[in-house]
Amino acid sequence: MKTLLTLILCLLLLPAHAAKVETGDATLDGAFADLLGSNFDKKEAALQTIAQSGHPKAFALIEGILDGRLRLHKKSKRLVWAERQGRQYLATDALSDEALGEFNKRKLKKISINNSMRRVIRALLATRALDSADAQQRLQAVQTMLDNPEPAHAELIEPRLANESDDAVKAAMSLVLALSNLGSDNEQDRLRAIDKVKGSLEPAVRQQLTRLAENDSSSAVQDAAARALRKIEDRVEVFGHIETLFFGLSLGSVLVLAAIGLAITFGVMGVINMAHGELIMLGAYTTYLIQQLMPEYAGVSLLLSIPAAFVVSGLVGIGIERGVIRFLYGRPLETLLATFGISLILQQLVRTLISPQNVPVSNPEFMSGFWQVNSVLSLTYNRMYIILFCLLVFAGLFLILKRTRLGLQVRAVSQNRAMARAMGVHSDRVDALTFGLGSGIAGVAGVALSQLTNVGPNLGQQYIVDSFMVVVFGGVGNLWGTLIGGVGLGIANKFMEPWAGAVMAKILILVIVILFIQKRPRGLFPQKGRAAEG
Amino acid sequence: MFLLRILEGDRGGQAFMLALIATLVAIPVMASLPADHPLFISSYTVTLLGKYLTYALLAVAVDLVWGYLGILSLGHAAFFALGGYAMGMYLMRQIGDRGVYGNPELPDFMVFLNWQELPWFWFGMDQFWFAMLMVMAAPGLLAFVFGWFAFRSRVTGVYLSIITQALTFALMLAFFRNEMGFGGNNGLTDFKDILGFSLQSDATRMGLFIASGIALAVGYLACRAIVKSRLGKVAVAIRDAEDRTRFVGYKVENVKLAIFTFSAVLAGIAGALYVPQVGIINPSEFQPLNSIEVVVWVAMGGRATLYGAVIGALGVNYAKTWFTGALPDAWLFALGALFVFVTLLLPKGIAGLFRRKRGEA
Repeated sequence: MKTLLTLILCLLLLPAHAAKVETGDATLDGAFADLLGSNFDKKEAALQTIAQSGHPKAFALIEGILDGRLRLHKKSKRLVWAERQGRQYLATDALSDEALGEFNKRKLKKISINNSMRRVIRALLATRALDSADAQQRLQAVQTMLDNPEPAHAELIEPRLANESDDAVKAAMSLVLALSNLGSDNEQDRLRAIDKVKGSLEPAVRQQLTRLAENDSSSAVQDAAARALRKIEDRVEVFGHIETLFFGLSLGSVLVLAAIGLAITFGVMGVINMAHGELIMLGAYTTYLIQQLMPEYAGVSLLLSIPAAFVVSGLVGIGIERGVIRFLYGRPLETLLATFGISLILQQLVRTLISPQNVPVSNPEFMSGFWQVNSVLSLTYNRMYIILFCLLVFAGLFLILKRTRLGLQVRAVSQNRAMARAMGVHSDRVDALTFGLGSGIAGVAGVALSQLTNVGPNLGQQYIVDSFMVVVFGGVGNLWGTLIGGVGLGIANKFMEPWAGAVMAKILILVIVILFIQKRPRGLFPQKGRAAEG
Repeated sequence: MFLLRILEGDRGGQAFMLALIATLVAIPVMASLPADHPLFISSYTVTLLGKYLTYALLAVAVDLVWGYLGILSLGHAAFFALGGYAMGMYLMRQIGDRGVYGNPELPDFMVFLNWQELPWFWFGMDQFWFAMLMVMAAPGLLAFVFGWFAFRSRVTGVYLSIITQALTFALMLAFFRNEMGFGGNNGLTDFKDILGFSLQSDATRMGLFIASGIALAVGYLACRAIVKSRLGKVAVAIRDAEDRTRFVGYKVENVKLAIFTFSAVLAGIAGALYVPQVGIINPSEFQPLNSIEVVVWVAMGGRATLYGAVIGALGVNYAKTWFTGALPDAWLFALGALFVFVTLLLPKGIAGLFRRKRGEA
């Protein structure tokens, strides 16, 4: 009854408004009517009205105005959420959440806003978050202020700083205050503010300090700002190096993963397996196929892919060893050619059976996102997982070779085949298993690579030259050499990239490795003793 | 007389020489027949044959170092491509102002990249003699420098193979860059004429075919002469027992360097003849697969026979042309199977089959 009365009242008093919006709440109706008008002063006032209306959906509506999702359905005069659906828009009533169907763009009127209104809206939203009970949300609100500094922020922050209980939020708040004090008219205030912000890495702080250092009226302030700025720049540079180091580590881990299987087949057994890259590729395709089987569970399928890829690539590897390589022991160049032929066949097999194009492999939830260390350094999770995974695989392989019976036999056969046979080792079986192990590890590397790069028939080819470089650089027959060689090359590559460019850095690395092999043909950590000969 | 002495005892080589001479005489005659004659050969086929002949020359160059010196080079396509690029640069300069942008000095891709003047390494490439010098000097110099480092530090066997592969891989990446000044991804193409003769005309194509045939014959005889000489004998000794040869007192490095460099020059010449016939040179010629394919031609035909390399190059490439026309998907299967088949079951290649029949093996 009351609503009806209000409505009638509105009809009588403000016919223009009433004809515009019907939300069932008179305050909102009036405000939105203003918002749909063309007077920007009135529009800003209307925003404040909505924020103070106490309506449960008030802030959601304001947010909708900012991102343009909130529209007016002209015919029914209802406020709706508009979701783009192809050429049409799917509308749901903003207040009752009732689905209204699809509409043409023209049927839905957008609420036009200007930059000044955007600022008002952001400030309104920030205030709301500032009073949130959740410290995380408060911190985020303050952080948003830091990213888009406004003089008005100080008024918002100041009364809340004293009551703030969370230390992180408190620190961020005082930074916002100091930042706004940097623009103060009082020289002493500015100097104090500089002192407060000098440890901060926020881009807004640097921007303000640069401004002060260049054209402040007081030379004392200029000096202080310049000094603080230099300190900050130094720290930023250090963090830049840490980031490069991290990229280098993750690239190095990829190289190690790709090369470590080869370190077994080439390093320990002395077999040149040019199909190694294709065994990696098979691992990546196994990941893809398992993901196709259970598209909803990206995380589970990825974990399942690890053993599956090991088995698939391992079995293919054993097949290659039994079918081809065992006839060619002692003839490395022929082995190289035959395995190259196998690599062509495997590539074409994938092209024919699956697709000549790249296939999409999705990343599970826990792999995406990043860890924001501070405003200049963030580390992505997928790279961190790769580094971790690489270390795990390395440790596992190391344990197998040093602590198991198979590992003992592998080392025995590689050091002295005749003697090992005399002691009762089935060298044929050991050869097959060793090759299977190396190939299986290649498959596991493929699972990791599927999370980083495109999965396609050429995946293996991209890594084969790199893998050989890592193994030869690290020293044949030495797992530690592979680890250190791979990580070293990865880091060197990333440190060269900024001044040489990505492609040039790669070329330089190749040239350096080629030159290095000339100097030390047996790699970083050459094998010593009898095994080194012949 | 001298030629006969070179081919003495090389029955396969004699047969190959006769066949080559016969082809070089017969093809021009067949091409001049009326178009409806059953023996008529189209200009397309002539160019295709010319391309095969340049491949054969490349295979002979690889066989010289692999068959007689024991160096399995997985980077000979790099020398081939360098020779090709040198020729391509000459052909590019011959376009003159007939390019899309009509710039008399700069090739189109440089105008497109907003370059103002020719990079220094393009100077002189408009002179045929200088370009031909570069065709030999560029791959020769690269092979010399590379070999000088590699052989001196005694990198051998598989290690050498892998770093030759890394070499061609690095060059491929480098040539893909626009800043290198070799046309980047697209390479050099749109050639118009060579020494004033249009590349589209049948007569020029025939001329290039005959030039390729003569280059193959001369290259073959030169390799044969090396193999028969004392140098060749030392090379074989190095292949079979490098340390012993060194202990006997030979300078192993110098022998390797000389033959490796010569082989690279041959590969460069093959590349230079290849480019005007196919009309394009781009960085994909550097890809490692190409180098390894050459090795399989040689392995297929028969290592350390020289004429076997020619047979292998012609045979495999004919098969490739046939497969890519009839069963494009099956070509890589066939090529891969060929690699395995030859290494496992036919270690001496096709030439080995001939020899076994005659009881020479």
